[in-house]
Amino acid sequence: MKQFRSFVRKEYHHIFRDKRTMMILLAMPIIQILLFGFAITTEVKDVKVALFDPSRDTSTQLIKERIRASEYFIIAEELTSIDQINDLFKYGKINLMIIFSENFAENLLHTGEAKVQLIADGTDPNQASLLTGYASGILNSYQQELMEQYRIPFQIVPEIKMLYNPQLKSAYNFVPGVMGLILMLICAMMTSIAIVREKETGTMEILLSSPIKPVSIILAKVVPYFTLSIANLITILLLSVFVLGVPVAGSLFWLTVVSLLFILVALALGIFISTMVDTQMAAMLASGMGLMLPTMLLSGMIFPIESMPLLLQWLSALVPARWYITIVKKIMIQGVEVQFVAKELLVTITMAVTLIMLALRKFKIRLN
Amino acid sequence: MLKFLIEKEFKQIRRNSFLPKLIVVMPLMVMLVFPWAANQEIKEVKLSIIDNDHSSYSERLVNKIDASGYFKLTDISTTYPEAIRNIESGKSDIILEIQDEFEKNLVNEGTARVMISANSVNSTKGGLGSSYLSSIFSDYAGELREEQGGQAMVTTTEVPSFGVISQFKFNPHLDYKIFMVPALMVMLLTMLCGFLPALNIVSEKEAGTIEQINVTPVKKLMFVLAKLIPYWVIGFVVLAICMGLGILVYGIYPVGSLLTIFLFTTIYILVVSGMGLVISNYSETMQQAMFVMYFFMMILILMSGLFTPITSMPEWAQAITIFNPLKYFMQVMRLVYLKGSTFFEMIPQFLALCGFALVLNVWAVMSYKKSQ
Repeated sequence: MKQFRSFVRKEYHHIFRDKRTMMILLAMPIIQILLFGFAITTEVKDVKVALFDPSRDTSTQLIKERIRASEYFIIAEELTSIDQINDLFKYGKINLMIIFSENFAENLLHTGEAKVQLIADGTDPNQASLLTGYASGILNSYQQELMEQYRIPFQIVPEIKMLYNPQLKSAYNFVPGVMGLILMLICAMMTSIAIVREKETGTMEILLSSPIKPVSIILAKVVPYFTLSIANLITILLLSVFVLGVPVAGSLFWLTVVSLLFILVALALGIFISTMVDTQMAAMLASGMGLMLPTMLLSGMIFPIESMPLLLQWLSALVPARWYITIVKKIMIQGVEVQFVAKELLVTITMAVTLIMLALRKFKIRLN
Repeated sequence: MLKFLIEKEFKQIRRNSFLPKLIVVMPLMVMLVFPWAANQEIKEVKLSIIDNDHSSYSERLVNKIDASGYFKLTDISTTYPEAIRNIESGKSDIILEIQDEFEKNLVNEGTARVMISANSVNSTKGGLGSSYLSSIFSDYAGELREEQGGQAMVTTTEVPSFGVISQFKFNPHLDYKIFMVPALMVMLLTMLCGFLPALNIVSEKEAGTIEQINVTPVKKLMFVLAKLIPYWVIGFVVLAICMGLGILVYGIYPVGSLLTIFLFTTIYILVVSGMGLVISNYSETMQQAMFVMYFFMMILILMSGLFTPITSMPEWAQAITIFNPLKYFMQVMRLVYLKGSTFFEMIPQFLALCGFALVLNVWAVMSYKKSQ
């Protein structure tokens, strides 16, 4: 035990000696969670809209009022001729174009042929469908009101309640994702380098020829990174609760348990990578790019997994962050009981056990 | 002299067992897998329905929702707490509760209320899902009105209504792949041409071979140029692989001219490689270089408009993106691929990228010190 303690102390020295890396390791999560909590958002706000209104009557005025009053849109331009549309879109000055038909109010009341055309810039498909969705929502509410005014029969009035996130803040969706991304990258990268560096500099030979067991060598490597990760976890949680205003609705105890488990998975993954490669460069590129891309794209952090083709959905099951992010969303934001995440929890535990076994078996105690 | 230095760089890259594989495999993997994954379209919203009325009207409504193809009916619950449990376990996304006396209210009073409760952790899903439901309701109401048109309780014969038509420019079918493929090219170029140079000089420092270069009469500019040019070649190899795959696999051609793309790529590679070299110069160990690079890379990628639109960001964040070279190149690639913009329409982006290239590379030359 005394032996083990001095090994751990040696590893601490390795880490704390390099001030710049230390700074980055501790500051990275802070800056990232702040930046992403505020900046990564798909919220529609103050989108520039151009209007073409040849009729200029009471109805179109009322609709325009509503568009102006909504926080989604800003009326940037009122066109006088319809030919200007292409140029406006091409230079990206506006994202949405609303065109009223002629004699709008009269047609609205009598012929039923009044039309509103919404033209969106489809370059960004997600944004485009959101914009047209919100705009038609405004138009529909106007229509609904007209119906009520004229006492038109057969109306189905929906009462909409947004659960868990009534203000529809993007941060609720992205914070769990960023947590997964940061913990995964930092833990896996740090450990993978730590072991390979010993190989590259030749000090591994000394470690292996010492009487300490190989398992203890690995454990001693993991302990300091584990503590660093816990420090990161604490800062992330504090920031998201107090700065981003994303509450911990569920049990803090289980959130911590799950996060520690996920950190274990990431650390084991790092050790596993380090046993597969021989140079620091390869270790970093493999853990960095090999983990950063799948975690960003396949974890459900940004892109919903249900929308992917089946093959990719299966592939995404191999990404540990996918399960972690689901658990965090449920426990932290929806505040559900732990039995509702039993499946995800089980998968994460299996991953942790498998990776630790693999890493231990692959760890070579002889030099070639 | 430059020729020999470049030859040396190429030999070092070729001899490395890992790098050549990375340069070919990574674009292949990213281009084949990620365009399928990078899709924010909301498909098959899972719906729980509580039908308290069990009338013919409410059943028709349920059938109509089912037939819309937009929702996947996961279950018909009997009570609200039961439906909430489905949301908590992730079996459904939205609950629709039809009140009892739905039919009676609709026929006698003219209005009936329904309740929508949406899981809005993912605000897009919750918002769009419930607005689609609302539009199905008004369709259904219109249908009923037409059927009952002649009956006595209709007070006015004319219903004040207008149609809403949506259209999408440049990408009429809202195909995500056309949107993502050019952007993924940018990401690949950034990662490969940014990370590899970042590791380059510092690895010579760690291996000690930098001393040998330092004692030769090689000028600083020559040295940095010899480091830059190989990555420039690699960048074009990556671009060629990506564009080829874009055409072969996805049938995506740039609407604009290839020449514009090449011109911008030329400058962009200089920008990211220059950034890598600057970081490399300031780092003592590869670990440091790598962490610094990751730190910037993640911020640059996530704030470039690649995944989430820049216009949605708060103003201070938008101001930060002015200093993000990725943003400009991302805009250029999408503009050329989707809108067919010409060089003259993108002069601001061109100037910005030139500025970055100049500053970063001058910095790279200046910060490389031959003596300690």
